[in-house]
Amino acid sequence: MQVLAVDDSRTMRDMVRLTLTGAGIDAHLAEDGIHGLEVLEDMVPPDAIITDINMPRMDGFGFIDAVRSQEKYKGIPILVLTTESADDMKTRARQAGATGWIVKPFDPQKLVKALKMVAG
Amino acid sequence: MTDTSKTPDIHKDGDEIELLSFLVGGQDYSVDIMSVREIRGGAQATSLPHSPSYVRGVINLRGAVLPIMDLAKRLGMQEEQKNDRNVIIVVAVGERTVGLMVDAVSDILSISEEDMQPPPEMRADQNRNFVSALTIVNDRMIRVLDLNAVMPETNEEAA
Amino acid sequence: MAEIKASFFIECDELLESLQDGLQLMDDGEADSETVNVVFRAVHSIKGGAGAFGLDDLVKFAHRFETAMDDVRSDKLEATHDVLKLFFQCGDILADLVREARDDSPHDPSSTAQVLNEIDALLGSSAEEEAEEEVEFQPMTLSLDLPGIDADPTPASEPSYTIVFEPENELYNLGNEPLFLLRALRELGDMIVTCETVSLPDLDQLSVETGTMVWTIQLTTSEGEGAIKEVFDFVDGICRLEITENTPPTAYLLPDIDLAPELPPLPMPPAAENLSLEAPSAAAENTFLPPQLPEAQPSPSGPPPATYSKPKQAAPAPVNKPAPKTSGGATTPRATVRVDLHRIDRLVNLVGEIVINQAMLTQSVEEAGLPPNSTVRTGLEEFLQLTRDIQESVMMIRAQPVKSLFQRMSRIVRESSADIGKDVRLKTEGENTEVDKTVIERLADPLTHMIRNAVDHGLESNAEREASGKSATGNVHLTAMHRSGRVVIEVSDDGAGINREKVHQIAVEKGLVPPDLQLTDTEIDNLLFLPGFSTAKEVSNLSGRGVGMDVVRSAIQALGGRISITSERGKGTTFSISLPLTLAVLDGMIISVAKETLVVPLNSILETLTLTPSDLLEFGPETHVVNIRNTFVPLLDLGAELGYREPLSDYSGTVVLLIMQEDGSRAAVVVDAIEDQRQVVIKGLQDSYGRVPGIAAATILGDGKIALILDPVDLITQSSGRTRPSSNLEKIAG
Repeated sequence: MQVLAVDDSRTMRDMVRLTLTGAGIDAHLAEDGIHGLEVLEDMVPPDAIITDINMPRMDGFGFIDAVRSQEKYKGIPILVLTTESADDMKTRARQAGATGWIVKPFDPQKLVKALKMVAG
Repeated sequence: MTDTSKTPDIHKDGDEIELLSFLVGGQDYSVDIMSVREIRGGAQATSLPHSPSYVRGVINLRGAVLPIMDLAKRLGMQEEQKNDRNVIIVVAVGERTVGLMVDAVSDILSISEEDMQPPPEMRADQNRNFVSALTIVNDRMIRVLDLNAVMPETNEEAA
Repeated sequence: MAEIKASFFIECDELLESLQDGLQLMDDGEADSETVNVVFRAVHSIKGGAGAFGLDDLVKFAHRFETAMDDVRSDKLEATHDVLKLFFQCGDILADLVREARDDSPHDPSSTAQVLNEIDALLGSSAEEEAEEEVEFQPMTLSLDLPGIDADPTPASEPSYTIVFEPENELYNLGNEPLFLLRALRELGDMIVTCETVSLPDLDQLSVETGTMVWTIQLTTSEGEGAIKEVFDFVDGICRLEITENTPPTAYLLPDIDLAPELPPLPMPPAAENLSLEAPSAAAENTFLPPQLPEAQPSPSGPPPATYSKPKQAAPAPVNKPAPKTSGGATTPRATVRVDLHRIDRLVNLVGEIVINQAMLTQSVEEAGLPPNSTVRTGLEEFLQLTRDIQESVMMIRAQPVKSLFQRMSRIVRESSADIGKDVRLKTEGENTEVDKTVIERLADPLTHMIRNAVDHGLESNAEREASGKSATGNVHLTAMHRSGRVVIEVSDDGAGINREKVHQIAVEKGLVPPDLQLTDTEIDNLLFLPGFSTAKEVSNLSGRGVGMDVVRSAIQALGGRISITSERGKGTTFSISLPLTLAVLDGMIISVAKETLVVPLNSILETLTLTPSDLLEFGPETHVVNIRNTFVPLLDLGAELGYREPLSDYSGTVVLLIMQEDGSRAAVVVDAIEDQRQVVIKGLQDSYGRVPGIAAATILGDGKIALILDPVDLITQSSGRTRPSSNLEKIAG
């Protein structure tokens, strides 16, 4: 499975990478929304995308929007990483086009489980 | 296992250790060859102030500062006349590397463990402290040097 | 994991730095909206990472800080000077907490309590809710609100559930895939799936963007209803979901369409591998199309399976959708590589080798007597230049901007000025000046002291300032710059300047200088560096913390640096530190004594002179002093002090180096000759041999021989001062 993870925090990227590779998933990493789009452009469409919300240059909402607006990426499951667990957050994530959400700090097992849930 | 050995007395067991033997003050000493890094000719050492008399100084070993010990002095022997045929055996002990100045390197010996004897308890000379084992090769007694004991004491602060 | 944690702390440092920067910009009124975002994100990211490692204190505080920042971001709170002052404090506390977390040292809640209260006051009524929520933030894991695993563990008769699942269009639009949900459900226990096709239109009318499938699942599981809900968490609200527990746990109904056995190794349609697109939905369709409707099975020759998403009926526009920001404020992060410091040090060492090797090569070429224009010589010349460039570049790898150091200083200014009720503004310049990492680390303490000194002693009180026509707010300037191969760091204040009469008087009172000695202004200023000078009369709790400027100076000297003062009465004082760019090389004077070659650090030498008989005065039975412009300086014979030889019988005509000790006292050190003056690469002696009294390190000279580098201060402290031969004294070991 190929997963693109977008987060501006190196720590988070490291943790996501560790989690994914530990589960046999190929992790592709990007530092912000713009970078995420670039990486996405350069790769075989991933099986799923994980993205942070608060990021410089282009935030998670902008990124999801940009991904969803392209025909070839429309069906890609997107998980949002957020520190907020509020329902409000879920609504906003969904409105932005996210498939699911994971609250940071995440439990590695649950991240993998969530990925399986949306991407098989 | 293709044992076309030159040394006939090799035993089947791996309990052989290889020793580098050398002469110090006319006596036969040896060190485990695993601790030997290289052997080189004597070089003019830069003397270290306030160092024990057995510390000859430091030399440049390919960019590293290598302390040189005069082994004869370290072993408490009477210093013979200075001979320039001195050879330096560079040995590594733990993290440290030092050069041992000896008279000459003799041979590489394979000795089985059972041929090694513990040194007898001899209080009169401090030599005992520097020898970890004894063995006999060709009727000559070879002393196996305890490198840890030979190392200069590092934590001696100001003289 | 430990590695990631270590990297988290490094990232924290970077985040704290951008936090500081952002706050400073805001305080200077130069912030744009992105600045606020940067600050917010910094706090946010620290919180996120801290949560991952269970650093609860850090999470708690960061959360509160973040909330306040969020209010500023959403214009609920105005970032006034006072608010920013509080934010700066928050930043400081955040830095403390990060450090505590890194060092695993306990956190003292009282230290943050006051600031937290102030934040609460700032946030007003919303604070309470926040405080509530904060407790709620504790979850270490997912939001998936599940009672989960610990549910009813009674496997005796496992409960079974009937689940009705009808996706809405939106579910597909958001990239969900019912197949995977069903598969996740399958993990919970045995299940029987039926696909109701009541609403499934004829194939020719099949439009996949309209949810037409309804699944009914019989699931036997001990995981509880919560676990089932968890599976559907992401699609909650965009599907019809009914979960009912069956009273008698029986697998009932519709055995003829029991698809369960096929489920675990779900026949994965090839297209599903790049499932991103339309394929998987169609695949799901295929798989679950009930056998009753064989005619609905899309035939290969038939119309291609329509997809759920293809015609996209204008998906609801995402609400919060900021356009890609391309505002000028956004800076593209510089590409960087993180490298283990050991590797760099190794590289630095290797380049040192090259430099030495080259010097040796040059020497042999010269000895070979090749003509000056020979290709070997010109080639060597170029090689020399390249080596120098390489050396410089390698040294720069270890270099870091002084920014982090300066930011620490701004905190010192904030805290120390608040402590004594002065208004002080710190202005920094040249933050991007790069200095060796080790130098930066070792500069922190002396610089802290100097900054405190400037705030405490340098600047007048607010009232005094106003009385003398200055602004009530005092100014401290901290600047860094490169100047002729060295780094110069200046701390200046616009305070009252050094009161030289008073300084002189104190020095006399303390017996540091003879009362009748006429001193120049510079000499008086330099009295501040004398140990024991520290103006005890007004020891405040700030700068008077047991360290004087003498300690500052010795710390600077230990780095191969120099420190000087300039001061103008009523206008202010400037302390200037000049440092080498790196600790790996040293400017040295090559001298010889008793046939040994030694290197004396140039920064310790005040001057060199040749002694005349009239300069020399017998002092004690074993010692001499040298009269240098009417001050008496002890004479030290380097050869004798190092045990290389006995003291000479006559010192007139010998060369002496006048060496300044860190306490300002001096010594005249006798050498045989001065050979050269140049940069040498420092080789530690400590690791290979151990400490040698009077010797700082070693270096390798052009001829390949090792020369020892003198530690003048240590030499003088340990010196015997014996400069008269005497046979009855025991010889010094050599």
